Amino acid sequence: MRLNRREFLKATTLAGGGFALGLYRAPWAMAQGAPPPDLKPTAFISIAQNGIATIKARGPEIGQGVRTMLPMLIAEELDVEWKDVHVVQAELDEAAYGPQFAGGSMSTPISWNPMRQVGAAARQMLMEAAAKKWSVPAGECSTEAGRVLHKKSGRSAGYGELAEAAAAGPVPPLKSVKLKNAKNYRIIGKSQTGVDMRAISTGKPIFGIDIQLPGMLHAVIAKCPVYGGKVKSANTEEVGKLPGVHKVVIIPGTLSNDVVVPNEPGMEPGVAVLASTWWHAESARQQLKVEWDEGSGAAQSSDGFAENAEKLLAAEPQNTIRTYGDADGALKSSAKVIEAKYAYPFIAHATLEPMGTTAAYKDGKLEIWTQSQTPGGGRGLVAQALGIDPGQITVNMIRAGGGFGRRLMNDYMVEAAWLSREAGTPVKLTWSREDDMGHDAYRAGGFHKLKAGLDSNGKLVAWRQHFVTYGEGKKSAAGAGIDALEYPSGRVPNYTLCSSAMPLKLRTGWLRAPGANALCWVGQSFLDELAHEAGRDPLEFQLEVLAREAVPLPGHVARMGEDGADPELNAERLKGVFTLVAEKSGWAKRKQEKGRGMGIAAYFCHLGYFAEVADVSVDANNKVTVHRIWAAGDVGRQIINPGAAENITKGGILEGLSEMGQEITLSAGAVNQSNYDTFQFLRMREAPPVEVHWKITDFPPTGLGEPMLPPALPAVTNAIFAATGKRIRTLPLQKSGFSWA
Amino acid sequence: MPLQLKINGTMHSVDVPPDMPLLWVLRDVLDLKGAKYGCGIGQCGACTVLVDGRAERSCLMPVSALEGASITTIEGLSAGETHPVQEAWVESDVAQCGYCQAGQIMAATALLQEKPHPTDADIDEAMSGNLCRCGTYHRIREAIHKAAAMGSTAHAG
Repeated sequence: MRLNRREFLKATTLAGGGFALGLYRAPWAMAQGAPPPDLKPTAFISIAQNGIATIKARGPEIGQGVRTMLPMLIAEELDVEWKDVHVVQAELDEAAYGPQFAGGSMSTPISWNPMRQVGAAARQMLMEAAAKKWSVPAGECSTEAGRVLHKKSGRSAGYGELAEAAAAGPVPPLKSVKLKNAKNYRIIGKSQTGVDMRAISTGKPIFGIDIQLPGMLHAVIAKCPVYGGKVKSANTEEVGKLPGVHKVVIIPGTLSNDVVVPNEPGMEPGVAVLASTWWHAESARQQLKVEWDEGSGAAQSSDGFAENAEKLLAAEPQNTIRTYGDADGALKSSAKVIEAKYAYPFIAHATLEPMGTTAAYKDGKLEIWTQSQTPGGGRGLVAQALGIDPGQITVNMIRAGGGFGRRLMNDYMVEAAWLSREAGTPVKLTWSREDDMGHDAYRAGGFHKLKAGLDSNGKLVAWRQHFVTYGEGKKSAAGAGIDALEYPSGRVPNYTLCSSAMPLKLRTGWLRAPGANALCWVGQSFLDELAHEAGRDPLEFQLEVLAREAVPLPGHVARMGEDGADPELNAERLKGVFTLVAEKSGWAKRKQEKGRGMGIAAYFCHLGYFAEVADVSVDANNKVTVHRIWAAGDVGRQIINPGAAENITKGGILEGLSEMGQEITLSAGAVNQSNYDTFQFLRMREAPPVEVHWKITDFPPTGLGEPMLPPALPAVTNAIFAATGKRIRTLPLQKSGFSWA
Repeated sequence: MPLQLKINGTMHSVDVPPDMPLLWVLRDVLDLKGAKYGCGIGQCGACTVLVDGRAERSCLMPVSALEGASITTIEGLSAGETHPVQEAWVESDVAQCGYCQAGQIMAATALLQEKPHPTDADIDEAMSGNLCRCGTYHRIREAIHKAAAMGSTAHAG
C-alpha cells in the first residue's frame, strides 16, 4: 500500500489509463504516467503586446474551479493584474503541462508549487529581458502589476513590450526561482469569480454536450438493463428507416471476463442509433426491439446481496486487514461490550450533464472533445480499442457538467470514438439520463459488523470490525476496499479489522471521497455510539481516542511529501478542526431536548481535515429537518480562492446529505432507479444553512474536492440519535424509518 | 408544414416533427445551446425557458403547442447580457459546474417577474424544481435577493 514515488508511478502507468485512486495517502505520487516534466513557462503563458496575459489552465474543469484557481497561482507569481489575465484551456499534452487530470482532490497539492514556479520563472525571464534592454543588472529590477521596473533609473516597461525578448531568453530552473512572500499576495487569497461565470450566466455553449461539428451525427446507445448483457438480435433495419436516423449499429462489446469487474472493463455491448438530432436518435431508440442475452448478472439482486452479506458476517472473516494487540481477549475482559451492524447501499454519480463525448475520426486520426476527468487515460483506452497510435489522437478538454468521480472512467470516450469510425462522420454521443443511471460505475454498498469494548472508566480498549464488501478473496471491486489505517485503526489498544468479499457482476467506481463517503459514516457513528454507551460527551470521547499515540503499522514508513505535505493522519490537525467546530457551533452549551439534537463527526481524507456539527430536529413521524451545519476545515496555510472554496465546501456537505437518502437497488440484475425522481438529491427547500470556518495551519495547501463530504453523514445521524435516541445503522434513511421533512 | 416559433423576439420557421420537444429544437435545430438536457422528464429544471413569461420545462413541451407563444431562452434574456439576474449570478459567483445555472436563472427570472421581492419561502417554492447537483443553493438564494435589490433600481430586461 505504501509505495514510494517511483514505485507508484510504475504501478500506475497502465496502458488503459488505470488510475490507482485507492492510494489517496500518497498525494505527490498521484500524477499519472511519467514523472512530471520540467515545465516551461512559455507553454503556459503568452503575453500580448497590450500586456494581456493568456494563461493556460492545465486540468479538466468539472465544477471544482481549477480553470480559475490554477491560473491564479501562475498570475500571482507572474505579477500581473488578474483583470489582465485571459484564461484558456490547455490541450492534452502531459509532456508539456504535467499531470492533467481531475481526481483525488489533487489539483491543489500537485500544482501549488509548480504553477507558482511557472509564473515566477516567467517573471524572472521578463526582468532579464528588461535588464538586457536597459543594460542594468537583473537583480536591480522589480515588477509591479504587469510591468518591470528599474527604480534606480526610473525606467519601466510593460510585460507586453518585453514578452518577445523574454520568451527567447533562457528558462531558469523552476526550483531556483524565488516565490513571493504570502503577505504580498494580490490574487491568491482573494475571492476571484469563476472565469466562466459570465459565459455560464449567458448560456454560452461551453459544455461538452454543446459541441457542434459540421456533419456531426447524434448518438445514443441502448444497453442491456443487466450489466454485461449481449445483443442476440435487434430490429436494426426497421429502426434504421425511422425519420432522421442515419445508422443503427450493433456494438458487440469488449467486456473483460475478470471475476472482479474492473472500473474500465471495456466496451459494454449495445445498439447505437445515430441520427440528425439527439431527439431523433432517442425516439428511434425507443422503437428498438432488442433480444438480450442477459448473462449471469441477471441472477443478482439487492436482497440477495444482503442475505449473502448476513451469512458472511456470521462466518469467520476471509481476510485480515490489520490486527494488533488482542481484540478478542480485550473484548472478553471489557466492562462493557457494544455490537452493531451497519449497511449502506450502492449509489450513483448522476452528474447533471450525462456521460458523453464528441469524436471525429478521419483517415486514421481522431480528434476528441471530452468531459473526462482523466483525458490521458481515456486517450490510452481509445488507442487500445481502435488499434491506433495515441499520437494520432488529439484530445480537447471541455468543461463538464459535474464529475464527482464518474468521469475518471472513460467508457463514453471509447464509445464515441468507436462510433465515429463506424459512421465515418463526427459523432456526439450523449447518454440519456436513464442510460447514465442504469450504467454507472456505482459507489459500492457495504456491510459492517462492529464490536467494541469499554473499560470500567468508559475508555475504548478493543475494536473488532468485519467488513463485507464486493470482490473475490483479497481483491475488492473498484472503490470498495478498506485501508489498514481506516480510522480509528492504530488509536485503539487492541484492534482487528477483517474483510470478506462476495461476487458482484456490476461496475463500481470512485464517487467523490471514495471509500471515505461510506467508511467515515460507519466509524464516526460507531464511535458516537460508544461515547453514549460510556455515558460521555461524544466530542470528549473522540478527542481521547485521537490523543492516543498511534500504533505503527508494520512495514509502513510514515513520511512527508516532497513539498512537506502531510500524507498521514495528523492528530493535532484533526483535533484542531474538532475544537474549532465545537466552538463555532456552541457544542459545549448545546441544549438537550426531545426531538432536537446536535451531532458531531470528523474525518481526514484527501489530505484535508474536516469536523462538522449538525443541528437537527425530528418530528413524531421521523421526519428530519437539518437546521444548520457547522464545518471546520484544515487544508493548510492558504485558502487560494476563498469564495470558491466556501461554495464547494457547502456543496460537498449538501451532497453528503443527499447521499443519506439515496440508493441504487438491483432486481433480477437490473438497476431499479432510472432518473432524478427515484434517485433524489437535496432541493433548495431542503438545503440547510452551512457555516464554513477555516483552521489555518502551517502546512502546504491541499484540495477541496472531497474532504468536506464524509463527516456530513455521521454528523447528521449522530444528531438524529441525540434528538430521538434512535441510531441509524442502515442507509438510506428510509430503510431506517426516517425521511427528510 | 414548418412551424412558426417566436424565440427571443425573432420568428423562426422550423421543419420538425410536431411532437419534438422544444429543448431539442433549440439545441439541435436552432443551435441555441443554453438550455440543457438533464433528465428529460421535468425533474431537474436544467432545460427551463420562459414561455409567455412563465418558467417551463422545455424537455417536455412539444413544439406544436408553442406556435403563437413568446419563448425566451437564456440567450435572449437581455440584449446586453446584463439582466439583473445574470449580473447577480456573476456577482455572487454562483456556479460550480454551472450546468444547471441557465435553468436556475430562467426560473429565478420568472419568480422575480411575479414577485419582485421574494421571501426565502417564495424562493424555496419557486426554485425547488431546479436541481443543482453541486449544491450551490446558498449562492442561488443570495443572487436572487441581490437581483431583487438591483431590479428595484434597474428595469428588468
